Amino acid sequence: MLSRRRLLQSTLATCAIGPGLSLANAATDRRFLMLILRGAADGLALLPPYAEPGYAKLRGELAIAAPGRSDGAHKIDGTFGLHPAFDWLAQRFADGQALGVHAVASPYRERSHFDGQDALENGTATALGRRDGWLNRAIAPLGGKLGDEVAIALGTSTPLILRGDQSVANWAPSRLPGADDDTLARLARLYEKDEFLHMRLAQAMQSQAIADDAGTMSTRRRGNAQAQFRQTMIQAGNFLATEDGPRIAVVDSGGWDTHANQGGANGGLANRFRGLDQGLAAFQSTLGDAWQSALILVVTEFGRTVRVNGTRGTDHGTAGAALLVGGNVDGGRVIADWPGLNESALYQGRDLYPTTDLRALCKGVVTEHLGLDPAIVDRSVFPDSGNVKPLTGLTRRRYS
Amino acid sequence: MTIDAAIATNRFGLGARPGDLNDIGDPQRWLRKQLDKPAKLPADLAALGSSETVLAEILALRRERNEMRKAGEQTVNKYAQTVRKHYAAQVLARYRAAATAEQPFRERLVHFFSNHFAVSADKQPMPAIAGLFEQEAIRPYVAGRFVDMLIAVEQHPAMLTYLDNQRSMGPNSRAGKAAARRAPDRNLGLNENLAREILELHTLGVDGGYSQSDVTSFAKVITGWSVAADRDAQRDRNAKIGSFYFRANMHEPGAQRVVGNRYAQDGLEQGVAVLKDLARHPSTARHLATKLARHFVADEPPAEVVADLTDTWLDSDGDLKAVLTTLIEHDASWQVDQQKYKSPHEYVISTFRALNHAPDRAPMVFAMLEQLGQAPYRPGSPAGWPDTAADWGSADALYKRIEWAGAVGGVVGTSAKPLTLARAILGHSLSAATTKAIAGAASTEQGLTLLFASPDFLRR
Repeated sequence: MLSRRRLLQSTLATCAIGPGLSLANAATDRRFLMLILRGAADGLALLPPYAEPGYAKLRGELAIAAPGRSDGAHKIDGTFGLHPAFDWLAQRFADGQALGVHAVASPYRERSHFDGQDALENGTATALGRRDGWLNRAIAPLGGKLGDEVAIALGTSTPLILRGDQSVANWAPSRLPGADDDTLARLARLYEKDEFLHMRLAQAMQSQAIADDAGTMSTRRRGNAQAQFRQTMIQAGNFLATEDGPRIAVVDSGGWDTHANQGGANGGLANRFRGLDQGLAAFQSTLGDAWQSALILVVTEFGRTVRVNGTRGTDHGTAGAALLVGGNVDGGRVIADWPGLNESALYQGRDLYPTTDLRALCKGVVTEHLGLDPAIVDRSVFPDSGNVKPLTGLTRRRYS
Repeated sequence: MTIDAAIATNRFGLGARPGDLNDIGDPQRWLRKQLDKPAKLPADLAALGSSETVLAEILALRRERNEMRKAGEQTVNKYAQTVRKHYAAQVLARYRAAATAEQPFRERLVHFFSNHFAVSADKQPMPAIAGLFEQEAIRPYVAGRFVDMLIAVEQHPAMLTYLDNQRSMGPNSRAGKAAARRAPDRNLGLNENLAREILELHTLGVDGGYSQSDVTSFAKVITGWSVAADRDAQRDRNAKIGSFYFRANMHEPGAQRVVGNRYAQDGLEQGVAVLKDLARHPSTARHLATKLARHFVADEPPAEVVADLTDTWLDSDGDLKAVLTTLIEHDASWQVDQQKYKSPHEYVISTFRALNHAPDRAPMVFAMLEQLGQAPYRPGSPAGWPDTAADWGSADALYKRIEWAGAVGGVVGTSAKPLTLARAILGHSLSAATTKAIAGAASTEQGLTLLFASPDFLRR
C-alpha cells in the first residue's frame, strides 16, 4: 500500500530534494540488528560459567546455579550456561541460531561508561579515537546516500556508532498529531538553504512513510521500559522486513548498571534479561521469512567485577559477554578463550580477564554477514586493527 | 559581534517573550544584574516542601508496602502513587518557573548545573526528589562559589542514594568489621560509584588525571556519607530521617591519598577537604569552562573562550559569578550566527515563553518533553543530557518538533499574529526567508507552525 505520506514524500523528493528517493537498494539482502546494552551488562550473569570452580565462590549470592538445579542456568555446554530468564533465547541456542562469546572486551581499558561506550561505538581503543561510528564507516560500500539510507537508528537521536559521513535514518514513535502535508512542503522550501535541517526533514519523511505503511503509529501504547523495548524491537523488525527499507538497524537498551541489589536467578537483572528475551522474540516474529538472513549482535561497553560489592551488586569491570542471534548464525555454542576465575587469572585482581577483542567479533560479522572486504575493514572500519584477526565461522551463509 | 537583545534573551535567557526585546535595556547589564541577587522564589517552587520531608514520607510508605507484601496482603501501591504525585508537582513547578522567569539567565544556569550534577529519575526514589535536589543543592549556588555547590550536591540525599553511597562502608570501619564477622562469605562494604562519578563527571573530567587507585581511596574517604534512616534516628537524636547523615561507624579510618594529596583528617572533614581541593583543581576549571562554553557559545567551543573562562576560574578560586561575567563580556558570546541547536527542553520552554503561557497541567508538560526526547529529570545516566546538535538534531526529533510546532498554538490557545510575534521574539535574528514564509502562510495556525519550526527559532 502506498500511503498518503509516501506519495507526498516522493513529490517532495522531486521538487525539493532531487530524484532518487527509492529506499535502500542495498548491495545486500542480509538483515543486521545491532543491539547495544548500555551501562555494562553483567556477562557473568548472562552466560554463567557454572562449571568454573571459582564462580560460585566469588559470586556468592549472585551466582547462577548449574543446569538441572533449582533456578539453574539453561545448559549450553560443559562450562557455560545461559541465564534462566531467557526462555526464547535458550531455544535458539538449542536450534543452533544463537552464539555466545565470552571473556570479550573492547580495547578500552578504563572503567567509564561514557568513554567505554564511545570507544565501543567509534571502533577504537579510546573515547576520542574517532569522531564517527564504525557501523557508519562499515556501510559506506553498501550505500548510505541521502534518500537511500541503508541503516536506521531506532530512537529520537542517532547513536555515535551510526554517526558519520554516510547518511542514516532514524525513527521513534510519535504520539503527537501529524503535521499536514502543505506545511511540510513549505518547511522543505524554508530549509532549502539550511543543509542541516533540509537533510533531516527529508530523512524524517522517508522513515515516516515506512512507519505509516506498517500501521504501527496508532498501535503503539505507553508502557514500562520492558514493553517499550519490545515495541522498539517490533518496529525495528518492521523496518528491516520492508522490501525496499533499510537493512541495518541500531537499537539501544539502557539500565544495565547493576551496582546494587542485582539479584541472581530472580531480581532486578533477571527482569531485564526477561525483557531482552521477549524483545528478541518479538523481533523474530515481526521479521518473518527475513529471519533466515538475519543476524543480531548484542554487545555492552564492558563487563562487571567478578566479586559482589558491598551493596549486593557489581561494579565496573573489564571483560564480559556478547551474543549473536539469528537465522544466519552458526551457533549453539560459546566461543571463549576462557581465562578462568582463579585469583591470579583476574584482570587487576578484580575483573574477568579479556582474551578476545570485541573488534574481532565485529570484524567477523561485517565480513561474513555483510560481505565487507577484509582489507577495508582493517583500514577504515576498525582503523589500525590489522593485528586483530576476525573471528570466523560465525554464520551459516558467508560472503567470505 | 553585536550586543543584541535578541541574543541576550534567546541564547543566554530561556527565550524572549513578546515585549522583552524592548524592555531589557542594555543586554550585558541585564545579564550581569541577574548574577547579583536572585529574585523571589516563585510560589510554585516554594510550595514543594523539602527533600527531607518527602523522603521521610516515601520511605515510610515503602516500608509499609513491603511489610504488607510480605504478609501476602493485597495492597494499593501508595508508595508509587505518592512518588508520582511529587514528581508531577516538581516537573510542573520547574517548567512554570522557566516559562515565567524574570531572571531567565539565572534560571538557565539552574538547569545547566542541575544537568551537570544529574540524578536521573529512572531510578527510585529519584522521581520524588530530583526537583527538590535542584532547589536545595543547585539553585542557591549558581552565582556563588563552585565548591559550595559541590559540597551541597555530594551531601544531598538524592545524590548519595542515586550513586549508591548511602550503604558504602569501609572494610576496616566498625560496621565493616562487624559485617565481616557476621557474614564472612559476603563481601559487604565499599561501593565506588559516587567517588568515580565525582572525579569523572562532577570535577576533574575523564581525562583530568586520576587513576583507579584514586577512585578506590576517594570511595573510602566518603564512606559514612549517608542518609539518615529509622535506625539512625533511634540511636542518635541529631539524625533527621531523610536528610544527610554521617555514619561514623561506617567510615574507613586512617589517612588516604587522592589525586596526589594526603588526607589525614578525621571523619566527615576528610571528604570535605578532598572536595575543596577538587573544586579548585585546574582540570576541574578546564572541564567546567569547556562545558559552559559549549552550552553558551558553540558545540565545538572556541579555544580562547575556554582558556579565558579557565583562567578566571583559577584566579577567582572557582567563583562562578566571576567566570560567568567573563563569559558575558566575551566577544565570542555575541556572534550573530546562531550556533546552538536548542535541546527539546530549551525548545519547549522557549515556545511557552513566546506564547506567554504558564503551563498548568503536569501530564501535558511531561508528555511533550518525553515525545521530543527529553523526559524531565530523566537523562538516564549520571552524565546528564548531552549538549550538541549531533545529539538533538536527528531527523526524527526534528519531525516531532514540527508536529509540536503545529500543535502548540492550539494547546495553549493563543491569539498571537505570527509575523508580529516572530518580530517581537526574534528581532534581528529573524531571517528574510522565515519572514517571507510566515507572511505567505495559508492560515494563522500554519504561520505559527512555520515560526516555531523555522531555522531561526530552532537555534539560539
